[in-house]
Amino acid sequence: MASTLPPKPTPEHSTATAGGMAEVGHARPRGLMRWLLTTNHKEIGSLYLIFSLSMFFIGGIFALVVRAELFQPGLQLVQPEFFNQMTTMHGLIMVFGAIMPAFVGLANWMVPLQIGAPDMALPRLNNFSFWLLPVAFALLLSTLLMPGGGPNFGWTFYAPLSTTYAPPSTTFFILSLHIAGISSILGAINIIATILNLRAPGMRMMDMPLFVWTWLITAFLLIAVMPVLAGVITMMLMDINFGTSFFNAAGGGDPVLFQHLFWFFGHPEVYIMILPAFGIVSAIIPTFSRKRLFGYASMVYATAAIAILSFLVWAHHMFVVGLPLVAELFFMYTTMLIAVPTGVKVFNWVATMFRGSISFEPPMLFALAFVVQFTVGGFSGLMLAISPADFQYHDTYFVVAHFHYVLVPGALFAILAGAYYWLPKWTGHYPHLRLSQWHFWLSVIGVNLTFFPMHFSGLAGMPRRIPDYALQFADFNVASSLGAFLFGASQLLFVLVIIKCVRGGEKAPAKAWEGAEDLEWSVPSPAPLHTFETPPDFHPHRH
Amino acid sequence: MSRQEQQARGREGVRRTVSRTLVVLAGMFAFAFALVPLYDVFCEVTGLNGKTSNSAQMLVHEEVDTSRMVTVQFITRASAGLPWELDVQTRQVRVHPGQSNEVFFTFRNRGGDASQARAVPSVSPSEASVHLRKLSCFCFQEQRLEGGERLEAPLVFQLTRDLPADIKTVTLVYTLYPVQPAQAAVSPRRPRKEGDSA
Repeated sequence: MASTLPPKPTPEHSTATAGGMAEVGHARPRGLMRWLLTTNHKEIGSLYLIFSLSMFFIGGIFALVVRAELFQPGLQLVQPEFFNQMTTMHGLIMVFGAIMPAFVGLANWMVPLQIGAPDMALPRLNNFSFWLLPVAFALLLSTLLMPGGGPNFGWTFYAPLSTTYAPPSTTFFILSLHIAGISSILGAINIIATILNLRAPGMRMMDMPLFVWTWLITAFLLIAVMPVLAGVITMMLMDINFGTSFFNAAGGGDPVLFQHLFWFFGHPEVYIMILPAFGIVSAIIPTFSRKRLFGYASMVYATAAIAILSFLVWAHHMFVVGLPLVAELFFMYTTMLIAVPTGVKVFNWVATMFRGSISFEPPMLFALAFVVQFTVGGFSGLMLAISPADFQYHDTYFVVAHFHYVLVPGALFAILAGAYYWLPKWTGHYPHLRLSQWHFWLSVIGVNLTFFPMHFSGLAGMPRRIPDYALQFADFNVASSLGAFLFGASQLLFVLVIIKCVRGGEKAPAKAWEGAEDLEWSVPSPAPLHTFETPPDFHPHRH
Repeated sequence: MSRQEQQARGREGVRRTVSRTLVVLAGMFAFAFALVPLYDVFCEVTGLNGKTSNSAQMLVHEEVDTSRMVTVQFITRASAGLPWELDVQTRQVRVHPGQSNEVFFTFRNRGGDASQARAVPSVSPSEASVHLRKLSCFCFQEQRLEGGERLEAPLVFQLTRDLPADIKTVTLVYTLYPVQPAQAAVSPRRPRKEGDSA
């Protein structure tokens, strides 16, 4: 296996903490080949993060095309066909290209550091799963230039819109999703193998930091549902190209079956995008409250409960397909049940801060904004869970507001919080304080200006995924579009912060934050290329 | 335990973890495909989704419930790209539960060439579909019409007496889809022929 080959330290990056200096004789590839061939978890983690940041901007530009068109009623800038491609590509890129790889990147960087492992369990597999991603997304983006355009059926690609009525490029879309899916699966295998086998001696499961716990559970979700996604798109491929009728009523198939299969994948997928965020926030809030995390064990069990429940709620996305009453009630109640473990988590975060000695460094600002705004998204989710009410809300901007609240000020803010939290460990410098604060406040204002009015336009009946709208929604949409451009522009500040932080800034010590206790803070800042080659002495200090 | 021993044990653990996850992966991929027939069976047993049996059923001999009337409506549609028409002799009939009824449908091929099509049924509300018994239906098989040909085909059906009392109207929808002979052959769920499993 790949793990039999020890990673080779570089003279220019190694420090006294890096063991295995006997290997120095091997010349490491330089330049581009260094990144193509790297098996180092930190370098691969950085690659993932840089990739996801660039996808975030590409997906963001697509979103701004949508918002620019929706600035006014009527058609001004783009044709409806292109508008559909933009909404679809925005969703696909953000879900599969930005949020998921960002979490995998953070896992690559931080999981070995947090459990005291020298690297991921399967370093060469790790390299492969990263380099699949640029291939997948280059292929996906290239469909925009193909005759008939790219995918235009929404990121949920419901059949028969994505089979019988789809553009010819759909086969490329399926292939790219297959590649991205394989990448996620390989990443998940690697993370599970690392967490279960490479923990520092003495670290029990219930001693692991919550980011490690949430990622372990996320990886199991990925293993369980990515194959289902692969199955669904394989069926689509066969319907399109080989004349089968899985989703074609004419041949005895059923389009509703597609929705069941898709959401059986899709709902756990939603939690794949939020559970690691819970882990990041559970690391940051105790650090800046200078207290232990309140209710560590209940956090672990709540995460597991959310993961299990996520397999029992998929049809709440399908309340209007004509489910029988019993099914409507079943999925309504199971969905509402998820509010219980989620409520436990929010309670624990608040209880951690209670009577803590709180300071408001940039990571804490983003984490606090996460807790408040994710809860807003959770509440609108509860409203949508009410099956009879959902008949009104279905396919309106209320749904758009809901899932953007959990994904942007939710998952994305947690990623930003994690980046600010660990940047001193990655670069050895603190991020520029003023710029970070500007980034935070402009992002908060921008994100709420964008998505809060969507609740109202949605409740008033504005349908989603349509390039034009009735006049009475004009004011809400002006606000949303202005907010979107503000939010998009303020993310450029984030890039500026990162560049400045890489090049210099206030030097960070090994323990960059006063209240930070996990193992990653015991290695120097910046973390040397090789860490924990001899396992650290681990003493359970909290929990 | 020496460091070497520890590393060997770690490698062994990794190998075990990876092979276990691979088994789960293969299982879940197979499960996705297994869901297709499972879904069909589930729909057929519960009658959800308005699916009706694709084969002829026996008439249930029971006394006709003259105390109530149910309206049965017929909707016919021809899908785009098929030069066929499907008409029904009457748009709606009023029937008693338990009684057997016959309605004639007319297929017409407006095109110049012979083609094949199949009428796919759907029942609304879906709860009614388990109480609908079709003794004979043109929808059990594909139809082949020469250019300009016309065909009259009957639907013989019965609504059983245990039809829930709150169902006052049952709508039967028939949608005509073109059938390519080749396509029918690879279809994973080729409609069963009459008498396959009645």
